[in-house]
Amino acid sequence: MTLQAHLVVERPRFLLDIELKVDQGEVVALLGPNGAGKTTALRALAGLTPLSRGRIDLDGESLHDKGPERRPIGMVFQDYLLFPHLSALDNVAFGPRCQGLGKEQARRTAMGWLAQMGLAEYAHAKPRSLSGGQAQRVALARALAVNPRLLLLDEPLSALDAHTRVEIRAQLRHRLAGFAGTCVLVTHDPLEAMVLADRLVVIEGGGIVQQGSPAEVAGNPRTDYVARLVGLNLYQGSADGQAVTLDPSGIVLRVTEHHRGPVFVAFPPSAVALYRERPEGTPRNLWQGRISHIERHGDQVRVSLDGPVRVGADVTPVAVAELGLTPGQQVWVSVKATETHAYPA
Amino acid sequence: MATPRRSSVNPVTGRIPWILVLPALIGLVFLALPMVGLLVRTPWSTLGERLAAPGVLEALRLSLITATCATAACLVFGVPLAWLLARVAFPGRRLVRALVTVPLVLPPVVGGVALLLVLGRRGLVGQWLDQVFGFSLPFTTAGVVVAEAFVAMPFLVISVEGALRAADLRYEEAAATLGASRWTVFRRVTLPLVAPGITAGAVLCWARALGEFGATITFAGNFPGQTQTMPLAVYLALESDPEAAIVLSLVLLVVSVVVLASLRDRWVNSP
Repeated sequence: MTLQAHLVVERPRFLLDIELKVDQGEVVALLGPNGAGKTTALRALAGLTPLSRGRIDLDGESLHDKGPERRPIGMVFQDYLLFPHLSALDNVAFGPRCQGLGKEQARRTAMGWLAQMGLAEYAHAKPRSLSGGQAQRVALARALAVNPRLLLLDEPLSALDAHTRVEIRAQLRHRLAGFAGTCVLVTHDPLEAMVLADRLVVIEGGGIVQQGSPAEVAGNPRTDYVARLVGLNLYQGSADGQAVTLDPSGIVLRVTEHHRGPVFVAFPPSAVALYRERPEGTPRNLWQGRISHIERHGDQVRVSLDGPVRVGADVTPVAVAELGLTPGQQVWVSVKATETHAYPA
Repeated sequence: MATPRRSSVNPVTGRIPWILVLPALIGLVFLALPMVGLLVRTPWSTLGERLAAPGVLEALRLSLITATCATAACLVFGVPLAWLLARVAFPGRRLVRALVTVPLVLPPVVGGVALLLVLGRRGLVGQWLDQVFGFSLPFTTAGVVVAEAFVAMPFLVISVEGALRAADLRYEEAAATLGASRWTVFRRVTLPLVAPGITAGAVLCWARALGEFGATITFAGNFPGQTQTMPLAVYLALESDPEAAIVLSLVLLVVSVVVLASLRDRWVNSP
């Protein structure tokens, strides 16, 4: 089952225009900041938001001229939207009932799904008495119970607390791996996207800015947003062999790869070293910057710097104390060439 | 540093202003005193036999039946009307909503006159009903139901429309993604979600129908056993037998209090 879609949704001061191709069995994550249009894209696939232009084909069958109730879809909403007046069982049985199954038969089908999710004992519980993780699984069971060919997940884990999220994420990954149809999920959490999806599609400002496998996207960010998500410093410049002149600062970075023409250069904050005095004997990849702010980042300290090049550096708390780093201070910044990664823009 | 001394009455807003309390108390007495008067003047010793008098039970029975039929009619037509107003954007929706609320502010007697002009034997529609089906509504029990429904339906429509507007539309979207047609969504998701609003609207509607006087006496007349509901009986009895009027009023009061109690959680105690 292959999904091919060209989604165009025009709103006042907003335009979503993306092309998606998702293969059978593939899980694609639409990743992007708030307001990028990723939920609009998902709602358009579901038929809840009308397309201004474009088309949606699933295995050559066009979906865009059908209402949501006639599309072979299953959708898990951000806050699940389990019907509050129905038990977990009847929530899951709702779809099969709409497909024409009798009450008893639909309930048997639903019971099978709940049992698979390990929720058989909660069949008769009302949604309000379920925990977040349980509600998430009921919502997934409800979406799968209609045997969808296209599964749509909107921020499936965002309503969970951090502890439950890790556990449910692992379960969800397992379920999605076993799902035979096509799956599109929306998230703003890069970790969620990388764990759950085979391919990432990064959306910013209503358009696709980058797509590829999680490893490709993480290793070769093409926008500041993606670089920040994966925790890399990212610059554009023009390469001449192993020297890259950065835009617009003009600073020249030595890198390990040989390129010619426009390139991206990425390196992790851990590749950045800070000095109070100009260090001896390392003339390359060195410039002066001003500390804009300092914050804790795991067991490291993230130092953000202005100057000719904005850069983030990870240093140890001990180093912060020894160097006496404070916001506003001028320091020397150096980047190890061996930890940089340059790739064509 | 010393904290400023505050009145113990209310640390946030300070002393209760008497300029508000005095009118409030007067208002309370004004609302409560007539009830007290009714209870004080009730002929408790002869209450049993007066209640058993044939006319009383007949009027009560007629009132309960017509008010229930009127409420049923309001539910059948009013809930879909409320849904239309809340969910379907059609040209002239604001005008329709205004029309729906007209009976709310119209003096009931005027409503009765209007009903006569339309459904009377020579009325716009009544004439046709008389010719084709050989039946006419005015001065019949069915006429009572029509008059009560006309006056009471806005209460139901407004209440249900409010509930529909407040309901989360995304549940209906979720139902649609599960393959539910619009009718199934309405039946299995929308209706259960707004059930509390429908119940509240139906109770208000029923109470209004039960107390209906002006439109009923104008459109359906005052025939004992046929169109004489409790309010009409009270009014008539006041001329000839004031004690009977008090007993009838007490019955209506009891029914109203029961209705109020059933709505207590939703309306009266809500913050």
